[in-house]
Amino acid sequence: MCLAVPGRIIEIIGDDPFLRAAKVSFAGVVKLISLTCTPEAKLGDFVLVHVGVAISVVDPQEAAQTFAYLQAMGELDGLDVPPVHAPLP
Amino acid sequence: MKYVDEYRDAALVRKLAAAIARATTRPWTIMEICGGQTHAIVKYGLDDLLPKSITLVHGPGCPVCVTSADLIDQAVELALRHGAILCSFGDMLRVPGNGIDLLTAKARGADVRIVYSPLDAVTLARENPAKQVVFFAVGFETTAPANALSVLRAAREEVKNFSILTSHVLVPPAMRAILGSPDNRVQGFLAAGHVCTIMGTAEYGPIAREFGAPIIITGFEPVDILEGILLCVQQLESGRAEVENAYARAVRAEGNVHARKIVESVFEVCDRDWRGIGVIPQSGLAVRPAYAAFDAARRFPLAVSCASCATECISGDIMRGIKKPHDCPAFGKRCTPEQPLGAPMVSSEGACAAYYRYRSRALEPASRL
Repeated sequence: MCLAVPGRIIEIIGDDPFLRAAKVSFAGVVKLISLTCTPEAKLGDFVLVHVGVAISVVDPQEAAQTFAYLQAMGELDGLDVPPVHAPLP
Repeated sequence: MKYVDEYRDAALVRKLAAAIARATTRPWTIMEICGGQTHAIVKYGLDDLLPKSITLVHGPGCPVCVTSADLIDQAVELALRHGAILCSFGDMLRVPGNGIDLLTAKARGADVRIVYSPLDAVTLARENPAKQVVFFAVGFETTAPANALSVLRAAREEVKNFSILTSHVLVPPAMRAILGSPDNRVQGFLAAGHVCTIMGTAEYGPIAREFGAPIIITGFEPVDILEGILLCVQQLESGRAEVENAYARAVRAEGNVHARKIVESVFEVCDRDWRGIGVIPQSGLAVRPAYAAFDAARRFPLAVSCASCATECISGDIMRGIKKPHDCPAFGKRCTPEQPLGAPMVSSEGACAAYYRYRSRALEPASRL
């Protein structure tokens, strides 16, 4: 239920802050999405969309930082994860 | 898809799993709150990548699962007896109430419709002025802004035949109820990322301190979830109990202030009956009196059933982390997605549905990534 999917704003529709909406592309599938909760959202931004409403603008800097940190766990390279459980029948 | 595919990277998943294995020296039990996280864990076999000493238990973060049977009865009553167009998210339709489910009501002639967004239900009401349109507003904090917006939009556009039947629930009171239970086994939490997108992180510090349980704000993709588990294990191993944000690309400390204002303008906090768990004080949202005209519970005379039907379903134990789906004797036998005894088997976020769907396949865990 709390699923929210990131999509890119390709067109903004309307000036009234209460009715402001956008065409948002989810890897090519376009839907009309309310921007009432994300007045800061602008063309080209990625927004997280939940039941027709953008609930957050994805922060590209935070995403890049986290990802760089995770990828930098280089000292662990070469370690493979042993199978913990036997494969299911 | 950007911000999705890279968080499903198999090499990164293996790195994180190895880091978790190295960090773990003792047994730990960690609960992921959100049903979406449960499904990702079971679908991708993430629990199979963890050391045996780490147990993941599945929380109550499935709004469909915790909506009381009485409210489902009321939704059926609205559709069948009051002739309303009953709009709902698709998951609700096959959840058993005390009597019939919404899909059966539809088969008996009720106008029950699945919508993508509550805002679509407002549009439907505008297009059908001679009919009452009721949206079955279930959900956690994540869904509250959209449901509140539907009321504000109907009020502003004077759509007088629109109302919502509310079954809103809140995460932090449920976490307190789980941690405070005498049979609790949860030592750390993965908090539901999108709930925090709306509400921020402030509510969790007092819980972490009071119960000595680390709380990691966690996303929904495999890399997100394993990062959350790693941070949680690191805290548990070092005796810390803090709130950490492992989903910073979508969660700010203050949450979404615009969305929170919208929610607070329409809803007020109330006690709520959680299916399988019972009443948790101050754990739900109800429509404020100012918007009573859009509250189906006030607008229609609805029967209040106090019938608690005997059921074999052990959903309460599962959602409090005491049991797992396969501990239930009815699992996969008398209870299946086609013939569910309880909501977690039929909801797309229910733990039982996840186990039924993904755990009957003979796949080597890593091959699913």
